[in-house]
Amino acid sequence: MLRTEGLTISFGGHVAVDAVSCEFQPGSLTSIVGPNGAGKTTYFNLISGQLRATAGRVLLGDEDITGLPAPYRTRRGLGRAFQLTNLFPNLSVLENVRLAVQARMGKGMNLLSMAISHRELSDAAWSYLERVALTQMAQSPAASLPHGDQRKLEVAILLALEPQIFMFDEPTAGMSVDEVPVILDLIRSIKAQGDKTVLLVEHKMDVVRSLSDRIVVLHNGKLVADGEPAEVIASPIVQQAYLGMGSGDE
Amino acid sequence: MLHAILSGDVPRSKVLAAALALIFFALLLAPFVFPTVNALNVAGKICIFILLAASYDLLLGYTGIVSFAHTMFFGIGAYGVAIVMGRVAPDWGGVLLGGGIAIALSVALAALIGLFSLRVRAIFFAMITLAVASAFAILASQLSTLTGGEDGLNYRVPEMLRPAFRLFDGEILGIVINGRVMAYYLTFAVSLLLFLLLLRVVNSPFGRVLQAIRENEFRAEAIGYRTVHYRTLANCLAAAVATVAGMLLALVLRYTNPDTTLSFTIMMDILLMVVIGGMGTLYGSVLGATLFLLAQLYLKDVMGAASAATSGVPLLPSLLHPDRWLLWFGLLFIASVYFFPTGIVGRLRSLAQRHRLL
Ligand SMILES: Nc1ncnc2c1ncn2[C@@H]1O[C@H](COP(=O)(O)OP(=O)(O)OP(=O)(O)O)[C@@H](O)[C@H]1O
Ligand SMILES: [Mg+2]
Repeated sequence: MLRTEGLTISFGGHVAVDAVSCEFQPGSLTSIVGPNGAGKTTYFNLISGQLRATAGRVLLGDEDITGLPAPYRTRRGLGRAFQLTNLFPNLSVLENVRLAVQARMGKGMNLLSMAISHRELSDAAWSYLERVALTQMAQSPAASLPHGDQRKLEVAILLALEPQIFMFDEPTAGMSVDEVPVILDLIRSIKAQGDKTVLLVEHKMDVVRSLSDRIVVLHNGKLVADGEPAEVIASPIVQQAYLGMGSGDE
Repeated sequence: MLHAILSGDVPRSKVLAAALALIFFALLLAPFVFPTVNALNVAGKICIFILLAASYDLLLGYTGIVSFAHTMFFGIGAYGVAIVMGRVAPDWGGVLLGGGIAIALSVALAALIGLFSLRVRAIFFAMITLAVASAFAILASQLSTLTGGEDGLNYRVPEMLRPAFRLFDGEILGIVINGRVMAYYLTFAVSLLLFLLLLRVVNSPFGRVLQAIRENEFRAEAIGYRTVHYRTLANCLAAAVATVAGMLLALVLRYTNPDTTLSFTIMMDILLMVVIGGMGTLYGSVLGATLFLLAQLYLKDVMGAASAATSGVPLLPSLLHPDRWLLWFGLLFIASVYFFPTGIVGRLRSLAQRHRLL
């Protein structure tokens, strides 16, 4: 179980995430919505360790991980996909995923064996590429992929970490219409496993509606609504703060 | 077999493979093919600088770390051996003692510098290494009772490596196996082994993490690698290898001074060797170091001749004077970086790949 208590960060005087307390249960998919600049990505960064909180706590199970550097959080099962594609550009698509598998299996400090002789790593990496339908591009450098495929690779890297908690930051943004279902089906299948916690930041309201067990609304860094999808979407604060702004889609 | 020795890192270009084979056999047979004292010195220097440049490439090309402290570790190795040879005993025990202390000191310093890199930006890290290396060079010249100051140290080396030593009476293929030849083969063997070790490291799971750090350190952290540990280990490893290269230099030259080991010029030379050869390939260090050192000698000779030949013409003789070789070398360097931004190895590989695709 993942929990934040009064989680806060300010940049200079600007409070980007303001005392957000929230709990995320295994087996549930929670969408985090809010207008541009609401603090959604920043909230993710605080949870996965890319940013350090000014105040408040992040708890994973019983453990306080507020001060823990990002790699240790990842090893504890927090997996993160980034809003802005964030790959190893000159390494092959397969190698991008293989590195994630290797990190999870703790083989990175192996100096004297050949990486290519660890078949289990590349075989596993290959299976994640299959799940996002990217095997055809396996040997191309990540930077040479079209945008939609880079987004898929981003998700494949997240899958390769086999996390307990999946954090998706606008996974389908900028994807073409026919590519979106691949990612949505993947998210559904993760949810169907029943024991994974999924956090999803998404602007497309139809996607949010169809996938979410629960919706949390951030506005100006504050948590302003939290509950059942239908209920939250219907609430006046969301109509005003979010949907009212006409940002139901990109 | 060869595949395993090269750690699966095959040249991927026939021209490159041929060049590497040529260099390998030339160095393997150097005492027999180039039997002058001078030529043997050049061959030894090439072995040592291949190793030094390769260890630098581990940082620069593979991990994306810009460090200017590499000659410091080279110097620590050379001075470690030199001081013990001169002050304690010129025997193998002394080599181990001096080398052991030097490697320990280098690794400790490299770890310290590596930990500095925890939070600082690349450019700031480069500045730190520059400062540490300069401070160390000054320290070395100030502690003249220990280091001989600017003059450096002359000393005797283990008996087997002295020119007067004879492995046996008589000759092999017309060559007397004397201490010089022994010192050369020691250098050759150690350089080769350590180069192959580096080749294994860069092709290991660890080596892949280093490349991930070079490509996107932020993401490497996000997928679970504590990058400061990897960078620090890479720093220590590169430093240890550079230290061994320094030890070899001290044994071959039988003198050690700031110019041969600690100078900033050598730091620049290593940087150029790696860049010209091709960063992040290791084979680039082999080509880069060989071509650089040959050019250094050859250019001077050619220019000396050209300068003499043009002695009647105004300006030209002084422009072509051997002392200007660095200017010309600089121009060659700019041209090579401009035309082969991925270095010679990168260029050869992409040509080979294009060839395969056609
Ligand atoms: N490192 C930073 N330094 C300063 N300000 C920042 C930093 N990161 C985020 N901010 C600010 O915090 C606020 C929240 O940004 P954030 O990226 O979290 O919004 P978001 O909800 O993810 O928006 P979007 O829907 O556009 O992705 C913005 O005003 C942003 O400018
Ligand atoms: Mg965002």
